[in-house]
Amino acid sequence: MTTTITITDGATEDVPVVEPRPDANVPLLEVKDLQISFTTATGTIDAVRGVDLTVYPGQSVAIVGESGSGKSTTAHAIIDLLPGTGRVTGGSITFGGRELVGLKRKQTEDLRGREIGLVPQDPMSNLNPVWRIGTQIDEALVANGFQGSRAERTARVAELLGEAGLPDAARRARQYPHEFSGGMRQRALIAIGLASRPKLLIADEPTSALDVTVQKRILDHLDDLTAELGIAVLFITHDLGLAAERAEHLVVMYKGKVVESGPAAQILKDPQHEYTKRLVASAPSLASRRIQSAHERGQEADELLADHPDASATAAPEVVVAKDLTKVFHIRGSRPGASTDFTAVDSVDFALPKGRTLALVGESGSGKSTAANMVLGLLEPTAGTVMFDGRDVAKMSPKEQFALRRRVQPVFQNPYGSLDPQFSVFRSIEEPLVLHRVGDRKSREARVRELLDMVSLPQATMRRFPNELSGGQRQRIAIARALALKPEVLVLDEAVSALDVLVQAQILTLLNDLQAELGLSYLFITHDLAVVRQIADLVAVMKDGSIVEHASTDEVFDNPQQEYTRDLLAAIPGASLEIGG
Amino acid sequence: MLWYIGRRMLQVIPVFLGATLLLYAMVFLRPGDPVAALGGDRGLPPAAEAAIREAYHLNEPFIVQYLYYLKGIFTFDMGVTFTGRPVVDVITQALPVTFQLAMMAIIFETVFGIGFGLFAGLRKGKFFDSAVLVWSLLLIALPTFVIGFVLQIVVGVQLGWLPVTAGRDPDFVSLLMPAIVLATVSFAYILRLTRTSVVENVTADFVRTARAKGLPRDKVVSRHVLRNSLIPVVTFVGADLGNLMAGSIVTEGIFNINGVGGTLYNAIIRGENVTVVSLTTVLVVIYIVANLLVDLLYAVLDPRIRYA
Repeated sequence: MTTTITITDGATEDVPVVEPRPDANVPLLEVKDLQISFTTATGTIDAVRGVDLTVYPGQSVAIVGESGSGKSTTAHAIIDLLPGTGRVTGGSITFGGRELVGLKRKQTEDLRGREIGLVPQDPMSNLNPVWRIGTQIDEALVANGFQGSRAERTARVAELLGEAGLPDAARRARQYPHEFSGGMRQRALIAIGLASRPKLLIADEPTSALDVTVQKRILDHLDDLTAELGIAVLFITHDLGLAAERAEHLVVMYKGKVVESGPAAQILKDPQHEYTKRLVASAPSLASRRIQSAHERGQEADELLADHPDASATAAPEVVVAKDLTKVFHIRGSRPGASTDFTAVDSVDFALPKGRTLALVGESGSGKSTAANMVLGLLEPTAGTVMFDGRDVAKMSPKEQFALRRRVQPVFQNPYGSLDPQFSVFRSIEEPLVLHRVGDRKSREARVRELLDMVSLPQATMRRFPNELSGGQRQRIAIARALALKPEVLVLDEAVSALDVLVQAQILTLLNDLQAELGLSYLFITHDLAVVRQIADLVAVMKDGSIVEHASTDEVFDNPQQEYTRDLLAAIPGASLEIGG
Repeated sequence: MLWYIGRRMLQVIPVFLGATLLLYAMVFLRPGDPVAALGGDRGLPPAAEAAIREAYHLNEPFIVQYLYYLKGIFTFDMGVTFTGRPVVDVITQALPVTFQLAMMAIIFETVFGIGFGLFAGLRKGKFFDSAVLVWSLLLIALPTFVIGFVLQIVVGVQLGWLPVTAGRDPDFVSLLMPAIVLATVSFAYILRLTRTSVVENVTADFVRTARAKGLPRDKVVSRHVLRNSLIPVVTFVGADLGNLMAGSIVTEGIFNINGVGGTLYNAIIRGENVTVVSLTTVLVVIYIVANLLVDLLYAVLDPRIRYA
């Protein structure tokens, strides 16, 4: 009784009176044969086709699936927050014995927040930028019948924020969202979700936008909190490792259907459905090793990797060497004369041997992308040098720098943003050839065809436009464009981070094959240590602009020297689990 | 916040100086010699001409003349018209009417523009939305004088609900129709701006979060959709305040109002530079003040701007 708020508005609806100890055998949420469709200009799309799902009081259940599998749509249907034209076209959703499909607006509003809470996906866009954090939590209290004076509410808001793990909560409540970091915002959203002590909390990818260490802290905290309050949690995630670690029960969704469900441990050990098997196999867990094709170069990887990077450097010539690389940004303050210097990259040294992959790993703000941009010559270093093939990039003439661009090419994170939507695939891939005056029209077309073959896309793709392609296909095109000028070095800035696990695995394999085939050197920028293990030979771990650990991949993973590296490794979702039978 | 206000106030100074300098230079470069023109075909006696040039500092370099002009503005001594009437008098007579008219128009266009825009935005793609969009386009396409004449004939003459013209010292009722005519085009723009903004914000993640909290729909709309949608609208209204003050020439003509627009028009026709420069300066100041207010309102609406 202590955790529920008494309903005082005299509503006549038959909300079941909350028992002090809910019967654990009666389902809290039961979804049966749920069908959801979206109406578009070209017809209806069945996003969810017959989903069954049960959550018992206090239980934690995770829906796992890739983007487009209908997992978020299912979750949003439960609290009637389907976007756009989405409609429940069949099936039932019962909550505490009460049918939710077809409820009146007022009844749904009473249910939201009070009975079912939501922690949404992206902390950056889910708080209204124009209201104070405290006000936004206060709204949740007022809307759900919190009885108390303004002062009592203010005190409760601070209490909730503190409970969500935010220090100095009373002062923080008076700040605006833009003064909060991503992790802090996510804590505020958790406070909102739990403000009225719902019986079920829907956590829709609650931490996928956050750094791994922050993610781990927040999820640990959320686990403790919901266990303590006896709140059932429905996790929505694309990350099998995370799901298995956080939930007792897994529901695997694929193309709008539930393909498999059962206890988490059982699904990991003995997946039945073909899709689940693939998902388990490609889950980037700690168990995975460097993808094999790298070894086909005929070099004994173990020999190379066993050496210290300095030692292995003598084996292969270094194509990119960064020495004492430093970048300082001036940040304008809120008042005149209050500008400060921010050292994004602080005298960093690293070397990329020819034909190898060096991973720069770090959390957001660690300076890894700034370092990459200096290697690409897109940013000028404040101090230090980037040597390419023994020549200082900063001292090159504009003409030499232009020539350098042919030898170093980037692939960026977001394939939706890095391809011009107005350009056909052919034009996108051809553009660098035109800029560098390579060949004539005919030979360029032949080259584009060859490149499409290289990235395993049908040649007919070249007449299509980016919006007709999936994320994985677009990233292949971005890679093809980067390879057009036959570069020696690719700078891959979070190149696989935006992709679903299965697609991610395909792209990583492709990159490995291309490396073996063309002798490319990769500078691989990522926050994802699990990916590093699959692709990198050498790892440099960055924190606050400095490299804290620089060694071979196996050394870093098997015998991390620094506390910070150990934290990062421990924070990988599913790190403690044995995936795959 | 204080720093923001202070910085914004300081920015007013160079804007004012730049605008007045430009204004003065343009009139200065205008072909024709006003002193020679005074004498007509026969010309003035050289002594008289020299005396006039001396009195009005016309022999001084341009920049000195500009400084005299600035001094005049700050001491409210803006000279006299051809008929010998002090320019300050002319302005104090024309300004209040125009100001009242502009204020009524602003209130009309914001209240109805935001209201209709909000409802259209919330019903995107429905009949009301489509109807409002078509009508607003029609209002934008129609010239002001057409709307004015039609209203005069229908509401003023046939129905007899409102006075047809305003005339000298108009009251609230007789300014009602001119204010509506003056506001129509901006009303349509504000409506469309609000609608687009609302459509965008309705699907925003933070609106979904607000709904997920259990907030009733009217509160979701007023606190999370409307407030965020007003930010671009406020920019437009601020710029429009200046336009309404200066650009009501057509409306004032139709309804026979002796406001800023008419006075300025006549002064330009007569080549009365003193009046033109002085009145335009006043308009520049109004424009600057209006934009200052908008920027401050901006900071109230959007906390991120206070720190930018």
